[in-house]
Amino acid sequence: MAIFLDQNSRIIVQGMTGGEGMKHTARMLASGATIVGGVNARKAGTSAHFDSGDQPVFGSVKEAIDKTGANVTVLFVPPPFAKDAVLEAIDSGIALAVVITEGIPVHDSAYFWAKAVATGNKTRIIGPNCPGIISPGKSNAGIIPANITKAGRIGLVSKSGTLTYQMMHELRDLGFSTAIGIGGDPIIGTTHIDALEAFQNDDETDAIVMIGEIGGDAEERAAAYIGTNVTKPVIGYVAGFTAPEGKTMGHAGAIVSGSAGTAAAKQEALEAVGVKVGKTPSEAARLMREVIAG
Amino acid sequence: MDLYEYQAKELFATHGVPGTPGIVVTDVDAAEAAAVTLGTAVVVKAQVKVGGRGKAGGVKLAKTPAEAREKAAGILGLDIKGHITKTILVTTASDIAEEYYVSYLLDRSNRTFLAMASKDGGMEIEQLAVERPEALAKISIDAVTGVDLAKATEIAIAGRFPEDVREQVINVLIQLWEVFVAEDATLVEVNPLVKTPDGIVLALDGKVSLDENAEFRHPDHERFADTAAQNPLEARAKEKGLNYVKLDGQVGIIGNGAGLVMSTLDVVAYAGEAHNGVKPANFLDIGGGASAEVMANGLDIILSDPDVKSVFVNVFGGITSCDAVANGIVQALKILGDKENKPLVVRLDGNNVAEGRRILLEAAHPLVTLVETMDEAADKAAELAAAAA
Repeated sequence: MAIFLDQNSRIIVQGMTGGEGMKHTARMLASGATIVGGVNARKAGTSAHFDSGDQPVFGSVKEAIDKTGANVTVLFVPPPFAKDAVLEAIDSGIALAVVITEGIPVHDSAYFWAKAVATGNKTRIIGPNCPGIISPGKSNAGIIPANITKAGRIGLVSKSGTLTYQMMHELRDLGFSTAIGIGGDPIIGTTHIDALEAFQNDDETDAIVMIGEIGGDAEERAAAYIGTNVTKPVIGYVAGFTAPEGKTMGHAGAIVSGSAGTAAAKQEALEAVGVKVGKTPSEAARLMREVIAG
Repeated sequence: MDLYEYQAKELFATHGVPGTPGIVVTDVDAAEAAAVTLGTAVVVKAQVKVGGRGKAGGVKLAKTPAEAREKAAGILGLDIKGHITKTILVTTASDIAEEYYVSYLLDRSNRTFLAMASKDGGMEIEQLAVERPEALAKISIDAVTGVDLAKATEIAIAGRFPEDVREQVINVLIQLWEVFVAEDATLVEVNPLVKTPDGIVLALDGKVSLDENAEFRHPDHERFADTAAQNPLEARAKEKGLNYVKLDGQVGIIGNGAGLVMSTLDVVAYAGEAHNGVKPANFLDIGGGASAEVMANGLDIILSDPDVKSVFVNVFGGITSCDAVANGIVQALKILGDKENKPLVVRLDGNNVAEGRRILLEAAHPLVTLVETMDEAADKAAELAAAAA
């Protein structure tokens, strides 16, 4: 089954015709993802050339859906235009929008998130500032390299892109049902909890790796969720024990999260609900091997 | 990016938030002249980006220009929690009848914005939040509809502002929201917002943090860049477009991806426990495309840090392939030439790793040690730093 993305995913790419869009569309195609077109209002009616064949470019997400039956959009739209592009995806009602773009102002993310909530969250947003999602052997939406792992029965959710790759690499012989990078921005569409819930309900996932990092209280909230809702084994890893206090965290912001936000607080919260937390990525991988070995 | 009080007040004034006139100075002559210009009793305020200025002696009342000069002399150069005072705001003194608190901030947990307000301001707000949480109203704000008259009224009532100032507070709340949105702020705080004895509401202090992701639509915010207060290595890194933070250890770190670099810092710190307690010297994320030029720029910054005794290059080739990274390291060392004498420990993994390792082994640079895993590489880098320290 995998989560959020599978063999039935039909992907369009907003910003396909840009440099990043072309590069990563080619990589997604090479990894076997079903890409059905691109969106760029200024290049509507043209096509983009790839080794596996030309991709049609549509004038809007709505048009792309009508003509191709797309149910996933991946966004490589630059920050100044990202807000409108995400709003267009939400308006179209597409099931999944994966926002790769890094550097979107938080006021823009807050705005499109509020819109998504107001429309009943018909569109699941992953990101922004994330590597995307891969269900090995089924589909791949974003920039996660497909060749470092294979299909298996571990679910992976992470704030960080390269730590996602590192963990997929460490456990490459075991393989993954789905690996999802939710992004490191202050406001993101899909949280650790959303992924944990989906993995818990996924009959192709046996165990879950959860990777967090300093800032906010998402890991603490995820820990509370695990304590009451997740029966599958979860292994944790948190990065940033020695990192300096985050610059984006304002003085008054510390009131909202209390003592949360440090790696130590996150580790403590996870361990309190029985999640084994690796001190390093390799130790987390070793703990997962012990779980799988029973 | 956190702003100084005087910069925050500059933005307040742009959006009509009522305050007191002030003049920014950096020496005692100008401080005295500012008091003459203002023509009133003044408050001389240290401009540092840290709380607790008053307690540290960084805020003084001066009744005459001569007194302003004297107070400024005492404040300039004052060390406030490690921040040396170089700039002073001389501002008209106000009599205060009541002190309030208002702020807008990003509420990550609820993925929206939050207003906080209290009729009991003046004190440290963290203290109020702990001691009397019921006195601090927290109102969630819809990012689409924002703060209009109705929302501002809701905040003012929740903050229990007295009737006689409520209308003025509501106006200030609407103006501050304009600052928050129009300037792409992640924090706007006024503490204290005061009522003078004649019933006028004024923002006597101001704190603003701006979202650096929004710089592209605020070219005018460039004037707030705090190059003087910045670490010189951090300033140079920023010029080169590198994401670098100076730390106080001995092992220089280069990696790709924020999460992996944070993780690398941790692994090096753990390894350092067995090697005289050496620690990471910096955070440096060279991002996805580690070209020879980016690698050379990164190495150049790190190697020019006198605290650095060894360097750990930790790259996982996800999108980038390891052969490109290896070529980058070899070329970077060529560019840097003979002035380079600090040992480099390199760990490569992922995409095209065999070719990457082959390139480094073939180059056989005397300073480069190639190590298979992240943990072993961290240990080696810590060992080399401890030996050189």
